[in-house]
Amino acid sequence: MAKAEGRFNPRQRMSAVMDMLHGSQVWRAIFRPGSIFRRGYADSPRNRAYVVMNSLLYHLHPVKVKRHGIKLSYTLCLGGLSFFLFILLTITGIYLMFFYRPSVEVVYSDMQRIHTQVSFGLLVRNLHRWGAHLMTISVFLHMARVFYTGAYKPPREFNWIVGVILLLLTLLLAFTGYLLPWDQLAVWAVTVGTEMMKNTPVVGDQVQFALLGGPVIGAETLLRWYTLHVLLLPFVIVIFISIHFWRVRKDGGISGPM
Amino acid sequence: MPTPDEVYEQVLAEETAKGSSPAVAQARAKAARVRASRGAKDPSKPDSATAPRKAPASGDGGEAAPAAAEAKPAAAATAKPAAAKPAAARPAAAAKGGGPASKKAVGNGGPAVPERVQRLLAVVKPEAIQKVERRPMDRVNVWPHLMAAEFVSLLVVLAAVTFFSIAVDAPLRELSNFNQTPNPSKAPWYFLGLQELLRYFHPQVAGVTIPQVIIIILMAFPFIDRNPSTRPDDRKLAIVIFSFFMLSFAVLTTIGMFFRGPGFNWVYPWESGIFFEL
Repeated sequence: MAKAEGRFNPRQRMSAVMDMLHGSQVWRAIFRPGSIFRRGYADSPRNRAYVVMNSLLYHLHPVKVKRHGIKLSYTLCLGGLSFFLFILLTITGIYLMFFYRPSVEVVYSDMQRIHTQVSFGLLVRNLHRWGAHLMTISVFLHMARVFYTGAYKPPREFNWIVGVILLLLTLLLAFTGYLLPWDQLAVWAVTVGTEMMKNTPVVGDQVQFALLGGPVIGAETLLRWYTLHVLLLPFVIVIFISIHFWRVRKDGGISGPM
Repeated sequence: MPTPDEVYEQVLAEETAKGSSPAVAQARAKAARVRASRGAKDPSKPDSATAPRKAPASGDGGEAAPAAAEAKPAAAATAKPAAAKPAAARPAAAAKGGGPASKKAVGNGGPAVPERVQRLLAVVKPEAIQKVERRPMDRVNVWPHLMAAEFVSLLVVLAAVTFFSIAVDAPLRELSNFNQTPNPSKAPWYFLGLQELLRYFHPQVAGVTIPQVIIIILMAFPFIDRNPSTRPDDRKLAIVIFSFFMLSFAVLTTIGMFFRGPGFNWVYPWESGIFFEL
């Protein structure tokens, strides 16, 4: 037996192991027929199609797109970057949630603890804050790009409406997150913002009361906006993002060419 | 007995004479040629290839599926059930009965055909088949062309945000104090345009009416702008209007960010400094 093994060099043994792995039932159960992971990737037109077609990616991208659509100057990647920033914000946000308690007695000391004691706490908070500003900007610019390429025209009218809803949800996410550090900057910026909503005709006071959980910003507001920021609004925005992506495909992929 | 190629030419000529579209005529001719070549290999089933062809009115079922659905109306009803059969089974059935095994043939008291249950797989409207034609467009594989570009831009943005986060810390001022209003108090930057409008309009107009009108007009935009063209030359008015509003909003936001100091009064940032934090 030892003699037989000695005849194989490490590379052959490795490939024998890979063959066994590829042939195993577990492997075949995980990777569907046609998946490039099932047999290893060789660059061929068929495999290029399979990379997309036989993976989760197929929900996002078709196998082929119009050639003008992959030019950076057409989309500037803005929609995709908005989505990427959303994922970045989700990851960094979950990390921050480990160390943040939305209660007025402890919230500010938690913030200081994130800055000074938590491993990478300051860096993650910076990523979360700058990422949020960048996402707001990229969503704005994405809207402008869609306008200038006329991509809101039939059959994409409804997706434009979904996009406007996504813009509003992005602003709401940014605004609810703005309060959470509970410092002078946060509280007074939110005061200015919610004072505007008080001017809603007829139900102004009620709108403000519902938003703040009281006549003025307080402990109720913090808990309420925290829940909105980490749970409700992300839940809603994921649904609308899904509809947005699905409609991009159903409405014929990338718009244009102009 | 005609060779398969002769059958092809014959059926092609027949179909062309009937006025079928070239694609349909070719498809039917090819199907006939396949049937002919299969039949020719089997001497016990003579003429099986051309039998369906020679009696097209008596329930011609010998079509490729798309061609059957597109066929002339009289035969369409019977052609569809027959089209559900695997094509390979057809020459044998045709040879046994001297005609296709369609229900119509049985009902007409034609040659005895074993009763068979036909399954209707799909009814395809003729228009649905003809409407698939689409202008050819230059397309590229998503992998690797699009995904490589996406991945690079993702990495660039991730690197930019990371470096910026290492270099610049997010602001954390002192603990909130409801008895001490900072001067100036500014909203987050994306609402500073609205806060700037508060200087010029009644709060109800600047804080409620204008944002609501903006949202409604934005949502209704595809239905207001009925111009179907996407070429910039054809939609100068729309571009000018949209750019005007985007620019004014950007200008208002910039003023709110950098040109408003204590009491939200006008200052020049190069004289008095910046009263603004992100």
